[in-house]
Amino acid sequence: MADKEPQQPEELPIVLVHRLPSFKIPSDPSFRDQLRSQFHMLDPHESPEPYDSFLARHAPFIRVLMTIGPSPISAEFLERLPVLELIVATSAGLNHIDLPACWSRGIVVTNASLAFAEDVADCAVGLLIDVLRRISAADRFVRGRLWPVKENYPLGFKLGGKRVGIVGLGSIGSEVAKRLLAFGCTIAYTSRNKKQSVSFPFYANVRDLAANSDVLVLCCALTKETYHMINKDVMVALGKDGVIINVGRGSLINEKELVQCLVGGDMGGAGLDVYENEPNVPKELFGLDNVVLSPHCAVMTPESFEA
Amino acid sequence: MNNIGVLMTCPMSEYLENQLENRFNLFKLWNHSAPKPDFLKTHSSSIKAVVGNTKIGADANMIDSLPNLEIVASYSVGLDKIDLGKCKEKGIKVTNTPDVLTDDVADLGIGLALAVLRKICVCDRFVRSGNWINGDFALASKFSGKSVGIIGLGRIGSAIAKRAEAFKCFISYHSRSKKPNTNYKYYSNIVDLAADCQILFVACALTEETHHIINRKVIDALGPKGILINIGRGAHVDEPELVSALLEGRLGGAGLDVYENEPNVPEQLFSLENIVLVPHVGSDTEETSKAMADLVISNLEAHFKCKPLLTPVL
Repeated sequence: MADKEPQQPEELPIVLVHRLPSFKIPSDPSFRDQLRSQFHMLDPHESPEPYDSFLARHAPFIRVLMTIGPSPISAEFLERLPVLELIVATSAGLNHIDLPACWSRGIVVTNASLAFAEDVADCAVGLLIDVLRRISAADRFVRGRLWPVKENYPLGFKLGGKRVGIVGLGSIGSEVAKRLLAFGCTIAYTSRNKKQSVSFPFYANVRDLAANSDVLVLCCALTKETYHMINKDVMVALGKDGVIINVGRGSLINEKELVQCLVGGDMGGAGLDVYENEPNVPKELFGLDNVVLSPHCAVMTPESFEA
Repeated sequence: MNNIGVLMTCPMSEYLENQLENRFNLFKLWNHSAPKPDFLKTHSSSIKAVVGNTKIGADANMIDSLPNLEIVASYSVGLDKIDLGKCKEKGIKVTNTPDVLTDDVADLGIGLALAVLRKICVCDRFVRSGNWINGDFALASKFSGKSVGIIGLGRIGSAIAKRAEAFKCFISYHSRSKKPNTNYKYYSNIVDLAADCQILFVACALTEETHHIINRKVIDALGPKGILINIGRGAHVDEPELVSALLEGRLGGAGLDVYENEPNVPEQLFSLENIVLVPHVGSDTEETSKAMADLVISNLEAHFKCKPLLTPVL
């Protein structure tokens, strides 16, 4: 951001940071600095004062609230902020916020959804290219000083022409589709409902999508219905050369069965940003060159948070 | 055609080797323990074709040692390892493998840029080391929307531009001359291009003019927040300058597929986290390797059957 004259804290717009104690503002120093240089951040959890009295004391001045992660906002909580006008959510989903209560108060709720969607889509595409073209494995090969010794490196697979099945064609899934079309992939999808305005082929269930795809990209929310939706059946349908990219939630996949398939050589590969029991990642995957592992950071860019 | 001698310069594709063995009398240069000049003298008169690649092509010495050489069919699109002047002088035909590898090289270019900016390889190392238990990974940098500069807007450069556009990147380029029919911004000066973009791709052919086209001036203009992606040739980049810029933090990062002295890579780079290093795999996919090999075979067969070459350079 441009160099600005540092303003007195009292003159800056006040933003309440609303978070469960376990969620933290991303620790990136430039992000924190930017927040602090432009806004007077009030964080009850960073104050020695008891939460209730801190909130009551500042409430008459709080017009903007920023939520960190899916920290819940209930109608009852909203009542404690009589002049609140704007809620900025830092997550893509909004189901932790009582939206009808906001709307009836005329409170605007916004999220960095598109910025997030772009970042997650970039991550998904990056993981897919890495798995097919073995970029991380090749980087290990070179840094391991193996190139002069082994001369040749195993071939990868072409991205163009691959049939990509997107699971969940929301904002993230749409951004993934846009990008992969430019690489010459064909797109099909499954979703709770067929999207009328979309021309990609629709499959009513994920197993049929898998049977007609070379790659599955998981971009949907985790719900009762989608829990473990990617199981051994689906992986078998996807085929021995199939690749799964997961930027949704770990529990979309039956992780035990995924590990079995990958270790057993029954799948082409996987690019994973999420896992069933983060930060624990099945160690059996560590020795595989056709797997790329990311520590749930699909959304972690400063530019995304600035949005 | 089984009595036609074809010389393959080095291992490049088992599939291609088999195909050549089935059709011609194949000589594999690397199998002969005698020094190359002696080997060439013994068999030279029967060799009518050379199949080379980016490692070993057909230089003046080789061409001079093969008096009956009629065609050089390169298993590559790049021609920098072939003495084109000599071939022209002697009426030797030259073919390469354009188009079939364009997508793969462009895919790799974008893949490297994503890997550098989003720290994909570093993340993977982080998870495999077991360190995620101890704390989250630091923020990476966004790829979408960044400004992209491309040196060389030929087949590969255009393919990179098309992909980057899907990420809403702003595209600029430098070329020998401005290209009609594009909306991308043209820069006649590479230093200016480097100063104005955040990700710079090298996608031009290697010629005398483009040798070390990425020099200290360009690197400094690209700057501490800039990323260099080289999917061209190692010699496009002044490698010692690149290494010192990376070590000193004057350049933000790099994704490299090619190096000045392959397979040797400057070891000082191995400890850096803002670079990704791959071993010249630009077109190394199952699908494309086969397509390239088929094209080499088709060109050779066309030549020896006196039919038009499919992808002639000369």
